[in-house]
Parts: sequence; C-alpha cells; structure tokens
Amino acid sequence: MSHIRKQSDYEKTFAYRFFQWLGGEKDAFVGNMEMRPQKEYVEEEATIQERMKDRQQAIAEAYDSGHNKELLFFQMLYKCFSILFCIAIVVLLVITVSYLPSVGGADKPTNNLVSETYISDGLKDTGAVNIVTGMILSYRAFDTFGETNVLFIATCCVMIMLMVDEDKIRENKDSNDRGFEPKNDVILQMVATLLVPIVFLFGIYIILNGHLSPGGGFSGGAMIGAGMILYVAAFGFDKMGKFFNEKVYKCVKVTALICYGCIVTYYFLTGANGLPCLIPLGEPGKILSGGITLPINIFVGSEVACTMYAFYALFRRGGL
Amino acid sequence: MILLGFLVVCAVSVSFSRNLLNSILIFMSYSLIMSIIWILLESPDLAITEAAVGAGVTSILFFVTLKKIHALQQTPEEEEESNEPYQKTE
Repeated sequence: MSHIRKQSDYEKTFAYRFFQWLGGEKDAFVGNMEMRPQKEYVEEEATIQERMKDRQQAIAEAYDSGHNKELLFFQMLYKCFSILFCIAIVVLLVITVSYLPSVGGADKPTNNLVSETYISDGLKDTGAVNIVTGMILSYRAFDTFGETNVLFIATCCVMIMLMVDEDKIRENKDSNDRGFEPKNDVILQMVATLLVPIVFLFGIYIILNGHLSPGGGFSGGAMIGAGMILYVAAFGFDKMGKFFNEKVYKCVKVTALICYGCIVTYYFLTGANGLPCLIPLGEPGKILSGGITLPINIFVGSEVACTMYAFYALFRRGGL
Repeated sequence: MILLGFLVVCAVSVSFSRNLLNSILIFMSYSLIMSIIWILLESPDLAITEAAVGAGVTSILFFVTLKKIHALQQTPEEEEESNEPYQKTE
C-alpha cells in the first residue's frame, strides 16, 4: 500500500523546497536581501562629444600616412606582398593544371572500369534511358540524399536567422513587405499570368521525364521554385498563402525527405542482399519505368522547389 | 571562343564595377553565357539548372538583400560621397 502524504506535510520537506528552487518558482533573494533599483547611468552631452573627438583624433593620427613614415612603408609592403601572393597562387595552380592528364585520351585514368560499367550496364540495372539521372539517383543515391539534406539544413539555418514572429509580419505587412515598389503592377501581373503556368508545366515535365530526357529533380525543382517566386512577386503573399503556406511547406519538405530516405534504404538493402526488389524496373522508354528513379526525382524536385521559394520568402519578409 | 572571352570579361568587370546593382546585372549575364556554353557542350540539364538558379534565383536573392539593406536607393553620386571618407584612409 502506498502512503500519500498530505500537501501541507509535503510542503515542509526539503525536497519540496529544493525542487521549487530548481524550477525557479521561488526567488531565494527576495525578502532575504535588501534590494535597491539601480541608478540609471546618464552620460552628459559634453563627455560624449569629447570622447568622439578624441576617438576621431586618434583615428586620424593612426591613418595619417602623409606624416607617418612607418605606416606608409607598411602600406607599400602590404600591397607588394598581396600582389606577389596572388601571382604565386596563380603560378602554382597553372603548374598543377599542366600536370593533369589531357581530356579524352584512351589510356587516361578517367577511362576506367567504373564509367564503362555505368555506360554498359546502366540501362539494364536502373531502367533509366538517361544514364546521368540513372547514375546519380540509383548507383549514387546516398550522395544525392546528402545533397538533399544540405538543402534542408540550409533552409533551417536561414529560418533561424531570418524568421520573424507571425504578429510582426501582420503588423508590418504594408510598410515592410512592399517597401517602395508599385503595388499590383499590371504589366507584371499580365506577364505572370501568361508565364507562370508554362513555367510550372515545364518544370513538372522535366521532373517526370527525368529518367527519359535531360534534366531531373534538381533542374525541374529549380524551375518550379523560380515560377513560384515570379507568382509571389506579381500577386503578393496573400494569394500565395491560399495554396502554399507554412503548413504545406513543412509537410511537403519533411515527407519528401523521409520518403527519399526510406526508398533508398530499401533499395540498397534488397540490392546488397540479393533480395527481390518490389519496385519494378519497367520497360525502358516508358514514363512508368526507371525503378526508383521516378519517385526519387519527384521527391528531390519538390524539396528543391520548396527550398527556392522558402529562401525568397524568408529574405523578403522573414516568414513563409 | 567568343563566349569564353565574354565570360572572362564579365567575371572581371563584376569585381571592378562600382555600383552594386550593375555588378548583379553583370553576374546575371555571366550565368546566361555560362548556360549557353553548357548547351554547346551538350549538357542541357546543366544548362536548365544554370539558367534557373544562377541567372534567376541567385540574382533575385541578391536584389532582395540589396533592398533590405537600402543599397538600391542610393544614386551613384551619393555612393561616391559615402565612399570618400574610406578612400582617404586607404
């Protein structure tokens, strides 16, 4: 049987006081010590001016190269050494480049087994007609996963530095957001209504055809992000918020990253252990082919588009 | 070859132009020339990325930053005036 102490009993124990002190509920100094509000330190106008004058005089003396021979000599030395340093680095780099093997030779180290295997087995292994995309998204999928993580962390850092409170955004909506540019510019809006759908469609086309034609997740995502920026610049953040706000942004971004990680892990695990993979390779040349290339392209594309737009929105007004 | 010459000229003039706005515009043209060179080198995927990121998003971010720090309001004369005290110290 557990015995529950009364509240008044408990309040007398040492543990209660200790946890109260730990939680900061009770200030140990209030009531025990005599306290006085600190006197505000006010500087006189004359002292401030005197100090500024002293400072400027000191700066002027320090940088007076006309009279200070030592300083003049040092400046000359500094310039000479900087030029010499630049020339030395240029010479060093040029010498290094001259030692590199020439491009395109048959017996050069770049023509090794790895690239040969990629070219000969790429279509068979990945099911993607576009070898470049097939390579970076299946053979080297974890590299690309790292790159996608870099994008994610970059937006997080920009958010930490530039994010502003929601209330402040609402307060400064008109004064801070649009500044000194024309509101509802007709020319810009007309151009945007014509261009934005085309840009979006082209970006989606590039992403979906990443395994068939040049392009892929990153290019298409960058295009969609640019289109979103154009839309926001023309119509403002209010209209953008109707279909893309912070909630959607978070969902899309986190879902894309997690799905990408899961797919790549699954693909690599089954591939390394010789297990049958559930994702079919499909017929080369069809839209629904390429194994894991197509879904990963879509995830990378949405991630990149979100990143582009988030950078713009955070720079512009400190929130999404 | 002509394009490569343009590239070098752009890259050098970015660092030598006084006005920050001009620098960004030259930087944009640098990215555009670079994307044309990518097409000539038969890699259209890189060209698309370069055109979207280099010429589009990066320069827009630069513009927004310049606007935030109120560097776009200044006319060239004002900029020279504000630069004068620093020139003396050099």
